[in-house]
Amino acid sequence: MHEITYREVITPDVFLLKIKAPVIARKRKAGQFVIYRLHEKSERIPLTLADADPDEGTITLLFQAVGKSTMELGTKKAGDQILDVVGPLGKPTHLENFGTVVCIGGGIGVAPLYPIVQAMKDAGNNVVTIIGARTKDLLILEDMVKAASSELHICTDDGSYCEKGFVTDRLKHLVEQGVKPDLCVAIGPVVMMRAVCNMTREFNIPTVVSLNPIMVDGTGMCGACRVTVGGKTKFACVDGPEFDGHQVDFDELIKRQAAYLAEEKTAREKWTCESGQ
Amino acid sequence: MDEKKKSKGLPKKERMKIPRTPMPEQDPKERSRNFSEVPLGYTPEMAIKEATRCLECKKPKCIIGCPVEVKIPEFIGLIAEGKFIEAAWTLKETNALPAVCGRVCPQETQCEITCVTGKKSKPVAIGRLERFAADYERAQGKMQIPEIAPPTGKRVAMVGCGPAGLTCAGDLIKLGHEVHIFEALHAPGGVLVYGIPEFRLPKAIVNAEVDYLIACGMKLHLNTIIGKMYTVHELMEEENFDAIFIGTGAGAPAFMRIPGENFANIYSANEWLTRINLMRAYEFPACDTPIHRGKIICTIGGGNVAMDSARTALRLGAEHSIVVYRRTRKEMPARDEEIHHAKEEGVEFHFLTAPLEYSADDEGKVTEMRCIRMELGEPDASGRRRPLPIEGSEFTIECDTVVVAIGNLANPIVPDTTPGLKLNKWGNIDADRETGATSIPGVYAGGDIVTGAATVIEAMGAGKVAARAMHEYLTKSETAATT
Ligand SMILES: Cc1cc2nc3c(=O)[nH]c(=O)nc-3n(C[C@H](O)[C@H](O)[C@H](O)COP(=O)(O)OP(=O)(O)OC[C@H]3O[C@@H](n4cnc5c(N)ncnc54)[C@H](O)[C@@H]3O)c2cc1C
Ligand code: SF4
Ligand code: FES
Repeated sequence: MHEITYREVITPDVFLLKIKAPVIARKRKAGQFVIYRLHEKSERIPLTLADADPDEGTITLLFQAVGKSTMELGTKKAGDQILDVVGPLGKPTHLENFGTVVCIGGGIGVAPLYPIVQAMKDAGNNVVTIIGARTKDLLILEDMVKAASSELHICTDDGSYCEKGFVTDRLKHLVEQGVKPDLCVAIGPVVMMRAVCNMTREFNIPTVVSLNPIMVDGTGMCGACRVTVGGKTKFACVDGPEFDGHQVDFDELIKRQAAYLAEEKTAREKWTCESGQ
Repeated sequence: MDEKKKSKGLPKKERMKIPRTPMPEQDPKERSRNFSEVPLGYTPEMAIKEATRCLECKKPKCIIGCPVEVKIPEFIGLIAEGKFIEAAWTLKETNALPAVCGRVCPQETQCEITCVTGKKSKPVAIGRLERFAADYERAQGKMQIPEIAPPTGKRVAMVGCGPAGLTCAGDLIKLGHEVHIFEALHAPGGVLVYGIPEFRLPKAIVNAEVDYLIACGMKLHLNTIIGKMYTVHELMEEENFDAIFIGTGAGAPAFMRIPGENFANIYSANEWLTRINLMRAYEFPACDTPIHRGKIICTIGGGNVAMDSARTALRLGAEHSIVVYRRTRKEMPARDEEIHHAKEEGVEFHFLTAPLEYSADDEGKVTEMRCIRMELGEPDASGRRRPLPIEGSEFTIECDTVVVAIGNLANPIVPDTTPGLKLNKWGNIDADRETGATSIPGVYAGGDIVTGAATVIEAMGAGKVAARAMHEYLTKSETAATT
C-alpha cells in the first residue's frame, strides 16, 4: 500500500500526486517509470516519474486523466492509498556532456521531460528547452522547467500564450538562428515525436524519444510493449523506454496503442456512469 | 510390511486385475465455456480403489522416475488404508507443492511411465492420488506446520516467487534461516499464477501453498524487481543478505521474427495468459484489463503453453480456436492429457504448418496468416525429425487474433544488472547442477532461468538442491566466522 501524501489539480484533467514509495524515491533516475495498480480489479498502468524526493520518501506522478484508470486515479485525494507501485522501471536516460541539448516536451510529455532537463543540465549541458501545448490552460510545469533549463521557449498551437505554433516550428526557428544542438530529446504525443524526428533527421541532430506503448508487466515478460526500432523488435519496458527516434516505427506504435480503443471507451463510459464523475 | 499388504486384503494377482480408476471431469461442451477446473478429483472411495492397485514394490521403479523422489508406494499405501492426512504429510516430506504437482506434472513421462503395473495394464494413477491426498488435507484445514530449527541468524533472499524460489524458501525456513522472497509481480506463484490457467490449476491452491510458507515464517515482498529496486549485489552488501537464490524463470517471450508479427491482436502466450489469468481480463469490464475477444484465434506452437492458450481462447468465446504446429501430433511436446482435453473441447489442429507472414486491416489489426505446409526430414539435434517447407504449398488462414507460443528466452533484468554472474550462450545463468552455485560466491540459481523453459517439478528439484548447498554454505561460513 502506498499513501498519497499530496494532490494538486494542475488543469481540469491533469493531476499531480505525491506518493509514498521511499525505495523508488531513493533509486530512481531520470527517464525511468513506475507501474501502478489502484485496487484489486485495476489494470497495471505505466507512468513516467516527474520527480522524486528521497528525503520525504515520495515520488511525483503527473498525469492526464484520459482513460478509466487514470480518471479513477485523478479522483484520489491526499491520504488515500494505492494498492501497488512497482519500479523504478526501464533504462535511465543516457547522460553525458553532449554540449547543447534541445529538450522538447509536448502536452503531458513535459512531465517526464522535466527530470531529464534537470539531469542534462547537471551533466554540464547547455539545455535549450521547448515546451508546447494545444492551448494556454494545458501548459504544465512552466516555472520548474524554466528554472532547470539554460533557456526556455514556449509555444501554443492556438497562440493563446507565447508563440503561436508547434514545437517543431520553434525548433526550426532556433536552428535557423544558429543554435547547433548536439542532441535532441523529445517527449510527447507520438505524432509530435514523429514530427520532431522528421525534422531533426534533416538537420542531422541525433534524437532520443521516450515511448509509451501499452504495457502489462513492465519486466520484459509479456511483449505487449514491443516496438520496432531500426527494423528490430524491442521491448520498451526493458530495452527502453528511450530509443533513437530516427529508427522508431512510429506508425506501428500508433496502431498498437489504439488496439483497445473500443474497450477503453466501454470502460470509461461504465465508470463515468457508475461513479457519477 | 506384510501387515500393510494384508490391510488391502487382496493378493497381488487380484490387484492387477482392477482397472485404472478414471477421473471424473466436467463435460467438454460445458467446460470449454467456463474457467472452472476440468478434472474434478477422486472421491475417497475412488482413491482407495486406485491405491489398492499399487503393488508396493520392494524396489519401486516409480520413485526413480520422480525428480524429487517422492515416497510413492508409502503415500499410496496410506491412502489405501484410508489414512489420507498421513499420506499428504508423507508427500510433503519431499514435495512442498503436492496439490500443484498432482495437477501439472507430466507423470506419464516420469513416475507413471516406469510403474511396473504399466507393463501389463495401465500404470497406477500416481498423479491423481497425489492430488487427492493434498486436496484432502487442504479441505480438512489440517495443514501441518513443520518443525522449524532454532534461528541461525542468517538472512537469505529468494529472487522470484515461482516453484523454484518457493521450494528453496520452504527448505531453508525449516533449517532456521530468515527467508525473504522478492517477486516482481503483484502476486506470488510465478508461472503457476500468471501462466497456467485456472481450469488446470486453480489459483486458490497456489495461494494456499504460499500462505502455508508465510505461516512457517517466509517474508513475502511483492512488487519488488531485483535488478531495478535492489541489485543482487545491493541485496548482499546493503540489505545484509548472507546468500541469494535466483529463481526468476524463463520469462521473456520468443517471437518468430516474421513480417507483420507486431500487428495489433497478435500476442505472445505470456501476454495472452497474463491478461487472462493474472489480470482477469475475461471479466472485463468488471476488471479493467482488456483483451481482444476474437472469433478465429490461431495459436502457434505445440507445447503445454500452446494448449493452455488455445483452450483459453475457447473460453473467451472464440468460434474457432486453431493450433498451428510445424511438426505432427507425435512430436508435440505438450502432455497427452492436455492435447486430449484440447481436442475434446473443440480445439482444431493444423499440423505440418508454419506461418510465414501476417496481413492486417487499415487499423493495423491482424486479418490473416500466410502459411506453408511442412514435411518431416532427417532428425535434428533434438532427435525430432526436422520440419522442412514444401515449396509452392503456401495458403492462408483467416484469423483475427494470434497467440505466439513458441517458447521463452531468459529474462535479462538480473543478468544485466549483476556483474560477475556467468551466463551460458543462450543467456541462461550458468549454475552447477549438483549445488545450484553460480560464479558469484553465495549466489545460487535454479529453475527455468538455468535450464530454459522446463517443468514445475524440475524447478522445484533445483530449488531443493540449492537449499541444501546454501545451508551448507551458510553454516560453514558460520564456523569460519566464529573460529
Ligand atoms: C502456460 C504454461 C503452462 C505450463 N504448464 C506446465 C505443466 O503442465 N507442467 C509442468 O511441469 N510445467 C509447466 N510449465 C512450465 C513451468 O511452469 C515452469 O517450468 C516453472 O514454473 C518454472 O519455475 P521457476 O520457479 O523457475 O520460474 P517461474 O515460475 O517463471 O517464476 C519466476 C518468478 O520470478 C519472478 N521474477 C522474474 N524476474 C524477477 C526479478 N528480477 N525480481 C523479482 N522477481 C522476478 C517472476 O515474476 C516469476 O514470478 C508451464 C509453463 C507455462 C508458461
Ligand atoms: S512402481 Fe507402480 S506399483 Fe510399484 S510401487 Fe510404484 S506406483 Fe506402486
Ligand atoms: S510490458 Fe510486458 S514485456 Fe514490456
